[in-house]
Amino acid sequence: MADLSVNFAGIRSPNPFWVASGPPSNTAYQTHRAFEAGWGGLVWKTIGTPIVNVSSRYSALDIGGQRMVGFNNIELISDRSPEVNFREIAEVKKRWPHHAVIASLMCESREQWHDFVRRSMDAGADGIELNYGCPHGMCERGMGSAVGQQPLVAERITSWVMEVAKIPVIVKLTPNITDITAAARAAKRAGANAISLINTINSITNVNLDTFTSEPAVRGMSSHGGYCGPAVKPIALNMVQSCAADPDVRMPISGIGGISNWRDAAEFMAFGAGTVQVCTAIMHHGFRIVDDMIEGLNAYLDEKKMRRIDDLCGRAVANVTTWENLDLNFRQVARINHDTCIGCNLCYIACEDGAHQCIDLLHPDSLGLDLGPGRVAHKHVPKVREDDCVGCNLCTLVCPVDQCIKMVEVPTGKPPMTWSDYQAKVASGEMKPIPPHH
Amino acid sequence: MTLKPILTADEASANMADIQLPMRQMEARVEANRCLYCFDAPCIHACPTGIDVPAFIRKIASGNEIGAAKTILEANILGASCARICPTKVLCEGACVLHDRDEKPIEIGRLQRHATDFINDRGIHVLKPPAKTNGKKVAVVGSGPAGLGCAAELAQLGYAVTIFEKSKLPGGLNTYGIAFYKLKPQLSLDEAELVKDLGVEIRCGVEIGRDITGAELQRDFQAVFLGLGLGNGNQLGLPGENLPEVLDALDFIEQIHTDPLHEIHVGHHVVVIGGGNTAVDAATQSVRLGAKRVTMVYRRGESQMSAYEFEYEKAKHDSVHFQFDSMPIGVVDVQGHVAGIRLARTRMTADGKLEMIPGSEFTQECDMILKAVGQEKRIEMVRKIFPDLAVADNGVVARDPLTGATNIAHIFVGGDCANGGREVVNAVGEGKKAAHGIHTFLAGEYATLPTQPSRVGVDGGATGCGLHNPIRAHELEEQWRANRATKNGGTSRG
Ligand SMILES: Cc1cc2nc3c(=O)[nH]c(=O)nc-3n(C[C@H](O)[C@H](O)[C@H](O)COP(=O)(O)OP(=O)(O)OC[C@H]3O[C@@H](n4cnc5c(N)ncnc54)[C@H](O)[C@@H]3O)c2cc1C
Ligand SMILES: Cc1cc2nc3c(=O)[nH]c(=O)nc-3n(C[C@H](O)[C@H](O)[C@H](O)COP(=O)(O)O)c2cc1C
Ligand code: SF4
Ligand code: SF4
Ligand code: SF4
Repeated sequence: MADLSVNFAGIRSPNPFWVASGPPSNTAYQTHRAFEAGWGGLVWKTIGTPIVNVSSRYSALDIGGQRMVGFNNIELISDRSPEVNFREIAEVKKRWPHHAVIASLMCESREQWHDFVRRSMDAGADGIELNYGCPHGMCERGMGSAVGQQPLVAERITSWVMEVAKIPVIVKLTPNITDITAAARAAKRAGANAISLINTINSITNVNLDTFTSEPAVRGMSSHGGYCGPAVKPIALNMVQSCAADPDVRMPISGIGGISNWRDAAEFMAFGAGTVQVCTAIMHHGFRIVDDMIEGLNAYLDEKKMRRIDDLCGRAVANVTTWENLDLNFRQVARINHDTCIGCNLCYIACEDGAHQCIDLLHPDSLGLDLGPGRVAHKHVPKVREDDCVGCNLCTLVCPVDQCIKMVEVPTGKPPMTWSDYQAKVASGEMKPIPPHH
Repeated sequence: MTLKPILTADEASANMADIQLPMRQMEARVEANRCLYCFDAPCIHACPTGIDVPAFIRKIASGNEIGAAKTILEANILGASCARICPTKVLCEGACVLHDRDEKPIEIGRLQRHATDFINDRGIHVLKPPAKTNGKKVAVVGSGPAGLGCAAELAQLGYAVTIFEKSKLPGGLNTYGIAFYKLKPQLSLDEAELVKDLGVEIRCGVEIGRDITGAELQRDFQAVFLGLGLGNGNQLGLPGENLPEVLDALDFIEQIHTDPLHEIHVGHHVVVIGGGNTAVDAATQSVRLGAKRVTMVYRRGESQMSAYEFEYEKAKHDSVHFQFDSMPIGVVDVQGHVAGIRLARTRMTADGKLEMIPGSEFTQECDMILKAVGQEKRIEMVRKIFPDLAVADNGVVARDPLTGATNIAHIFVGGDCANGGREVVNAVGEGKKAAHGIHTFLAGEYATLPTQPSRVGVDGGATGCGLHNPIRAHELEEQWRANRATKNGGTSRG
């Protein structure tokens, strides 16, 4: 069994799975339930001057009957008083001394930041997360992503916090910014101990076609919300990788955004996340999901002979490069396995209408295939014309059978050549420009 | 003893309620979302009317039930009946690719019912008569599925169509013959109305060959379609066959469709002679009308029954008993009423003939006997209407299966009287094909059948239409397995 315990910028927790700041981390009661279920840490629902919420507050993107592929909220920070929140943090810490409890804060002035940081420490919090990320409601008041979107402002506020903080400080980044690394660098310059990302993305999920209101609807009106859940994972991974790869950032990262299971978590870790945080998946299924996350990550680490999270952390970062460093002389084509093909022809129509027209439907006899795949004997069978296949990968993505279509390498016999190499060679006259596709 | 009804009205109608339940909205959405939306999908190939199954299922998934119903009815005017009565396990659902991913196939029949119920419940009309008619007149003889299929297609192509039907009500066996727990006659009548809405005239109570001659038809119409179906049930030729409790299964089933259920006379101990789907229907409906013990007597073995596997299962589920390898040799007559049936065991001779085993005779007690040993071909009727029409050796009207054309240029044929007796959906498909045959003949135009557009086109393989060459998945599967077994010494993915 691998050792899942982590020391994240000085914050220790029995495992890297933390409950993200949000509805599941609202109260001591929920925190007890989370830790009982197995979560290693929890970032408290953001504490600030209490706000008033509207109803309703959430909406979702469902796809093909799958609920909550994406999730949207117009909720604000904690609607409970700071006194209650800090008292409950203290209670929780007494009962769970080895679990990580992080106070998430959003304040309006230097004085209030100082005050709240001190009260967090007094309550026994293991760390502080600065919420510069909330894209709605708070920024209209000069907080949340309004801060996160301006690196210089964020840097100044972070440095106020660092003036009094004696426990690790994590800056939570908003994805609603052109260059995420600018925000990460600002945190670094201000002396923060770690960053966490991503917070939610500006969103509107839908328009109700009967009422012409978007949802969530509050007396016929809606508002721009914050988007999260499984659909945002690719965006979060992109930003986490960018920060991890930036030599000017180099600080611990807590990965957030669309994590639902151990696989998602492991992917964030491979991109350098030392801990991961989960909100939507808990709102969907409850704290119990962590059981499989712990078990699955353990099994994976064992299988890969990794002994601790550190062995996985960052393993994939260097395998992402900029496009111009990719090898133009590497060629793959799609190949269909007719033994597992079920004859849906989705590959055919995808390539035909959406790619490069290089799959043929052929009579199985002409392929020496006996009766051919699928339920209807003698029905025509898809076959890739490999000479014309550009290796785009579309067919393998649409194929409903795992591993039925594989991309196989076709040796070109040419040495690797990147776009940059190519440009240089053309400029020096060493080679002629590659003719455009006909 | 004379027979009496057994059950009360409530009991009988509860027993005869639909066995295939409609889908709830959410259920339909979830099921529709499972469909892969195959291109040139095998389920389309397996549908004798070529319904674009993935297209209508996708419309259900997006909440466009009206569009789904339109896709269905454009291909198959009896789409609502077919949703309930088609042997989908050997047709579309049997062909679904999900079998090969070791999953349950899509419930195409129930989804089709969902879409057609949606418009029927709301009185929505999705088909419209054509804006222009071409003034050409076509007569259709018989308002069964074949006749309706042909008439609906012709009407949409702009023809003036008159259907002649000898019965009081239209619909053929779809109105009078389908097991009551699958389909209620009213739905079949509603479908005939749908055909009328397209501008078709249906004249019931007119028998061609009796009230109007074939010659008169040829005089008044430019083309004729014959969808005569099959005739009465075959006789057994047994002593005692004319006793009042010995009935043709079709007559018994017809009564169920015309009389109130609690007035149908049924025996306590019913013997059904035959091993086909009609025999199963007679047996299961006897059980549902209160018979205590129902036995199907079949002269060959279980594996040779012509009833579909799932129909056989249904009979077993209804506690029907089976007496295989046995044939009737007489009826036990007590004071002019049936008291039992005399049976004898059968066996196969060396040269493959069925013979009675001497000395194996025995009596099975019963008070009702239903005969379900096939229907007569309509040779006599055909001779009477069109004496020159060519009839094949097996008694069906000879025709080109792709166009329904006969040896007489302006006469076309389809359905049971041409295929010897298959399913409703085959009859509709053949009627439709004949409509295109007629159109080609009268207008010199070959109507383009619905296909999914493809670069390779029909010849290249992507036909997207079961109309061209409907397949029956179970037959092909057997062939497929057999081929695999011989070539590879075993199936690789049975
Ligand atoms: C008991 C039973 C159960 C069945 N169950 C199913 C089932 O569950 N599912 C399924 O798909 N199929 C089933 N079938 C088969 C199906 O009913 C037939 O294949 C289908 O009805 C054939 O259609 P048709 O139009 O060719 O003939 P029919 O339905 O027989 O219609 C022929 C019509 O022509 C009329 N007619 C005949 N001669 C003349 C004339 N001279 N002048 C005017 N009118 C005339 C007849 O009155 C009749 O209305 C069943 C059949 C039987 C017997
Ligand atoms: C209803 C809701 C309320 C949230 N409230 C907060 C908050 O108060 N403070 C905060 O830092 N993030 C808040 N978040 C953002 C989450 O912590 C997290 O960053 C984001 O949802 C992405 O993770 P996920 O895809 O696992 O949900 C909230 C998210 C949701 C859905
Ligand atoms: S990889 Fe792309 S181009 Fe090649 S067959 Fe698949 S879809 Fe077509
Ligand atoms: S998508 Fe996959 S399963 Fe479907 S036809 Fe193509 S190879 Fe076969
Ligand atoms: S074969 Fe099955 S999965 Fe494919 S389109 Fe037909 S019903 Fe859908």
